[in-house]
Parts: sequence; C-alpha cells; structure tokens
Amino acid sequence: MIAELGNYALALSLAVSVFLAILPLWGAERGNVQFMALARPMTYGLFLSLSVAFGALFYAFAVNDFSVQYVVNNSNSNLPLQYRLSAVWGAHEGSLLLWIWMLTLWGAAVASFSKRLPQEAVARVLGIMGLISIGFLLFVLFTSNPFTRTFPDFPVDGRELNPLLQDVGLIFHPPLLYMGYVGFSVAFAFSIASLMTGKLDTAWARWSRPWTMAAWIFLTLGIVLGSWWAYYELGWGGWWFWDPVENASLMPWLAGTALLHSLAVTEKRGAFKAWTVLLAILAFSLCLLGTFLVRSGILVSVHAFASDPTRGLYILAYLVVVIGGSLTLYAFKGNRIRSRDNSERYSRESMLLLNNILLMTALSVVLLGTLLPLVHKQLGLGTISIGAPFFDQMFLIICTPFALLLGIGPLVKWRRDQFSAIRTPVVVSVILMALLGFGLPLLLQHKLTVSAVLGVMMAVIIVLLSLYELHQRATHRCGFWTGLTKLSRSHWGMIAAHLGVAMTIWGVAFSQNYSVERDVRMKVGDSVQIEDYRFEFKGVTEANGPNYAGGKAQVDIFVGDKQEAALFAEKRFYTVSKMTMTEAAIDWGFTRDLYVALGESLGDGSWALRLYYKPFVRWIWFGGLFMALGGLLCMSDRRYRFSKIVKEKTNE
Amino acid sequence: MNPRRKSRLKVVLFILLGVSVAAGLMMYALRSNIDLFYTPSEVVNGKQNDASQKPEVGQRIRVGGMVVAGTVKRDAESLKVRFDVNDIGPSITVEYEGILPDLFREGQGIVAQGTLIEPTVLQASEVLAKHDENYVPPELGEQMEKVHKPMGVSSADLKGESERDQQQKENQ
Repeated sequence: MIAELGNYALALSLAVSVFLAILPLWGAERGNVQFMALARPMTYGLFLSLSVAFGALFYAFAVNDFSVQYVVNNSNSNLPLQYRLSAVWGAHEGSLLLWIWMLTLWGAAVASFSKRLPQEAVARVLGIMGLISIGFLLFVLFTSNPFTRTFPDFPVDGRELNPLLQDVGLIFHPPLLYMGYVGFSVAFAFSIASLMTGKLDTAWARWSRPWTMAAWIFLTLGIVLGSWWAYYELGWGGWWFWDPVENASLMPWLAGTALLHSLAVTEKRGAFKAWTVLLAILAFSLCLLGTFLVRSGILVSVHAFASDPTRGLYILAYLVVVIGGSLTLYAFKGNRIRSRDNSERYSRESMLLLNNILLMTALSVVLLGTLLPLVHKQLGLGTISIGAPFFDQMFLIICTPFALLLGIGPLVKWRRDQFSAIRTPVVVSVILMALLGFGLPLLLQHKLTVSAVLGVMMAVIIVLLSLYELHQRATHRCGFWTGLTKLSRSHWGMIAAHLGVAMTIWGVAFSQNYSVERDVRMKVGDSVQIEDYRFEFKGVTEANGPNYAGGKAQVDIFVGDKQEAALFAEKRFYTVSKMTMTEAAIDWGFTRDLYVALGESLGDGSWALRLYYKPFVRWIWFGGLFMALGGLLCMSDRRYRFSKIVKEKTNE
Repeated sequence: MNPRRKSRLKVVLFILLGVSVAAGLMMYALRSNIDLFYTPSEVVNGKQNDASQKPEVGQRIRVGGMVVAGTVKRDAESLKVRFDVNDIGPSITVEYEGILPDLFREGQGIVAQGTLIEPTVLQASEVLAKHDENYVPPELGEQMEKVHKPMGVSSADLKGESERDQQQKENQ
C-alpha cells in the first residue's frame, strides 16, 4: 500500500513538474502575473509530493517490505537499521529518487530564499528547474521505478546490500555528492533564465553566486568523503584511483571551481559574462554526463554495480536535449550579452582568466582520460585502459603554474596594475620557496624526489603569498590586528580555501612520495620494522557480526620500546551475499597514518598482512575541508544577504 | 596593423602556443600510459589469431581471464604466488607478489596488469577481482563471447550459473 502511495506520488510529481515547466515560463514571457505567481507554490508542491515518495521508500526499507523488488535487491532483515535506511540510495533506482528529491529541495530553497528577487526571474528559474525534473521523473517512472513489486511470489528475505556499502560512509557520501551535482542545476537555471531575457547584469551574478557556492561546497565535501571512504573501506590504502566514476565527480568540480572564479569577475567587474554562462551550462552538463557514465554501465569501474543499456540510452538522449538545447539558446541569445571589458593585460581579470584556462586544461585532461578508452573501444580499436600515471603526470604539470598563479593572483589589483608593486615580496617568496622546497622534505623524510620537492614548493608559495596578501589587506587602512577584524567574511573564505589547496598539495606530495607499503607474511609474534615503527603481529581472534562471520587480527605498533597503538584489522565474510570484505585498521595521526589490513590465511599459522606508513595523508582531506569551509565563509558574506541588497537598491 | 589588433594577435598566438604545448604533452603522457587489453588466447595466438598482433616481451599489458582451478601455487616463504589464467583455450601464467584481492578464487574472473616477461608469463603489478561473485569483467565477457560463440559455449555458462555450478549445487 505504502509503495503504491509512493508510486502515485511520483506520478503526481511528474504532473506538477509539467505544469511548473510550462505555466510560469509562459507567464514570464507574456508578463502574466498570475501564472508567474504559480511558480513558488508549485515548487513547494513538487517538493512535498516527492518527499512523500521518498518517505515511502524509506518506510519500505524500514519495515523490510520484501514485496518491493528494490528492497529485495538491496536489503536484508539481518541488516542493521541505519544501513537499511541508507540502502535507499545504495543502488540505481533509489539514488535517482534521491537525486530528483534533492533537485526539488534546491528548487524549494530557491523559492523560499529569493523573496526579494524580481518575480519574473523567480518564475523563469523555477520553471527551468521544473523542466529539468520532468526529464528525471520520466526516467525514474519508466526505466527505473523503485516501487516495482515482486508479486505474486515475493521472497522471504532480501539479497542484502553490497557489503562494501555497509558503512557510515555510504550514509553521507552519496547525499553530499548528489547535493553538489544537483546544486549546479540552480546555477544552470539562473544562466538559462538570463539567456532567455538577455539581461545579464552584476545583480544576476550576485544572485547566482551563493547558490553556485553552496553546490560547490556540497560537491567538495562529497568528493572528500568519498576519497576518505575509499581509503579506509576498500583496504588498498589509496585515496584516489582515477577511476572513471571518481573522474566523473571531479570534472564538475573543476568546472564549478572555474565558474566560481569567473562569477567573481562578473560580479565585481561586469566582464566574462558570456563565458560565465557557458561555464554554468558546462558544469551542469558534466554533472549529467557523470550520471550517464556511472549509470549506463559503459564504463569499467568499481562503482558500476548495476547497469542497464536502455537506461544509458535514455540518459544519453536527455543529455543531448539539455546540452543541445541550452547551447542552441546560447547560440541565438549569447551575442546579446555585452561585457564592459576595459581591463589591462596585467590585472586581476587576467589572472582569473588564466585560472580558468588552467582549470579547463585540467578538465580536458580528465575528460580525455575518461572518455578515450570508450571512444577507442567504440571505434573497434580494442580495449585499452589509461593508467593513473597519465593523470598524475598531467596534474603535476598543470598544478605547478596554477600554484604560482594562485599565490600571485589575489595580490594583483582589478583593472590595472604593475608587477613592480609586488616584485619584492614575490622574489623573496620564490627564494624561500626554493629553500623550503628542498629543506622540508629533507628535514621530515631524509630523502628527496622530484615530485615531492615540486609539491612542497607549490604548497609553500601558496601559503607565503596568501599570508602576505592577508597582511597587506589588513594593514591597508589601520594596524594589523584591527585590520584583521575588519576583513570581510568572503576574504577570509578566499584565504581559507587557498590554504586548503596548499594543504591538499602538501598531503599529496608527502603521501605519494614517502609512503611505505609492505605486503608481508607473518606468524604470531613476528614483527616488521617500517621507518620508526615496529609492527608486531599478535594473532587472529574470532569476531562475528549480525550478518557476517569474521576474524580480527591484532597488530601492536611500537616506537622503540614504547607502545604506540594496538590495531585490530578485520576480515569479514558476509553470509548472505557470500562476499569477503577487508576492514582496515588505521592509527591516524596528524603527521602520519599507520594502516593495517588483513590478507588471507596462508596455512601453517601465518597470515598475509598489508602494512602501510603514510605521512601527512590526512592533510589531503583536511585541505578539502578547508576549501569547503572557505566556501561557507564566502557564502555567509554580508553582501549576499538579500535583504541588504534590496535596501541598497531602494537607497539608490 | 593597428596596435589593438596587434596586441590581440599576440594574445591569440600565445593561447595557440599554450594549447599546442598542452596537447603535445598530453599525447606524450598518453603514449606511455595506454595499456592494451588482451585475453590469454590473444597473448598466445595474437589478436584475431594474427601472429603479428601478439604482445611483445617487455610490453605492459592488461590480461583478463579466469583463474584455472588447481594452478594457484604459493611460495612457502614469501607472498609470491603463481597461477594460470585462461579463457577456454590456451592459458598463460601470472606471477604476482603481494596480497590477492578478497574475491580472488579459482574459477573467478580477474584482470591482471603488468609486464610480459616471457611470451606466456606475465609479471603482474596489480591483480583485480570485482566485488561480485558472478562477475565477469565486461571487457573480458565481450571478448569471450566473440571467441566462444563459434565453439558453442553460451554466455550463461560464463556468467553465474554454468552447468558445473548447477551440478555442484545439486551435490551439496
């Protein structure tokens, strides 16, 4: 009954979204106030009816309703409740429902936080978001309905959620990532709306900037969490595999980062307008492309669990409609966008342009590396794979000028500046960078590699120049400490995000170059020395859980004679899905992680063990968190509070 | 040419230069990092049974196949392991040192990446098995179907329930 209610709510949502897509847009075109006024209530209605559908699916999982096919495939009565609930987005159908529910959530958020926007703009934006949801609702209803029943012969118990996904990571990772993906639809809707009217002013940039920022924050957190999850759950100790699905989330992130920076130019200087619109379209298209790549199953990936070619074809068609449609609109209306561009060659604008160029280069590298195997195969040239070294090399090359630019950029004034103004600090920083670039790796790890030195140099230059910029800005009018308190939140945000980049680069440089990874064969009482740490194997004991049987290995870690940690690495055999899973044990530290994973038993009482020492690996994720924090600070800046904008407007 | 055009030309040339350098670097990096996929029979007989299409000794390749039952041999002292993979046809030997993935089992489909050290011996740097008990790597599945159709082996035999699986189940 509840499942039918959910199904009904889905159908109702489709109807509402069709009206939402037609009426307000038509009203905005004709200047019909009544139709425009329908946009808000219909958006709330859509959100409400999809919440009912979403809730129905939760309910089906909570009460173990095995007459619903999706529940059968992804749940089991032995599964703990929190995993049963997060299993809602554990596979294709449910994650699409989550996706579309979030789309309407963003729509509802736009509707309620944009009270001060002109009614026409709101009507258009919400109408376009309705248009997007039609496509996804059709998709959910006709190709991947989560409420399909198993009648008449429904099974007694379900097949269980993939054990890999039975983790706290699953509870948060997909929702965050999807919030990010879907959030770019708001920036997209704002852009399309402005293309329709041909009005692209700084006010437009000011409205869409916090929304883009919000989406970007979610995407950043989603990626960070996914990377951390892969690190501790997959048991390989890696944090990024250049897997096509990871790339699919990185591409919109790169486009989104470029969009944020180009929006800054549009807001402050009224330039780059057409480019910003194009970037907004690109970012959202890449989000859709990501869905296509993940869900169509054309990719060979650890993430490609369930897949179905007809679904892939549908998403491909949808992709063509969205990208083709918006680009056509852009082709016809784009020339109406005029930028007042009167900046000189050496100015903040040019720096941000370079930033965009480098981000786009990185994006095309990822795109090429992800799609080339696909194209190669479709052309009948055989199956190939592109290894991680390709991406690593390319990103090293791209990041080096990017880091330097990131340091210098904020020091350059808008419109016109002279390099001589910052020559001394830049020269001093470069000298310090060269010294520290060789000094710090030597001091901390006692050996040098090219990429480690480069990475440390990048991190150092970003930190030095960011701090110098902070000092300059704070002492602009008053003393340093009073100046600090007067800085705007968005300025702090920028500094936090840029320092986050430095932290991530630092973490990558150290963990990629100085990690020690040893696969060893150990008997009880054996010990292995890695750097300063002695790993002693104490034996394996039984450790069973509600839906698995398992063993737990104890490994004590000593520095000299002092015990540093006791780690318990597990191996689990999930009885329903008959899958073996490794649960790694990690002793985390500020400057290093110690990682133990249990391999198989080798007979004669010895076990295969995987022992890792990973310096500064946490910094990769700390950096990501800092970036997100920076975004949050920017978003909460005074100038984006809409009441304030309106007050300013009425004063003008 | 007026100065405005001249400066624009400079910018355009600069961008073109940048793009071509980037493209060149990308091609260079790609060339050394593309790994071709082979099945064991392709390693032995060459692609499309063309002996000139065999991978050379020293080449980095990916091989996908099924672990042949009874061929997994472990070293008593270290984590070295040797096993054969095939795709119904000739098999090749894979050497690997390290921990095998959780789902590595005899009869399971795997993908090994590494260097060919002898015409039929692969020194693997990585062995992948998918997180699904009936998993056949799609790339392998396709290749196998191509090879097997003429031999009268159905794809159902390769995935999930083969006749042997059913017999085993009945025996249990």
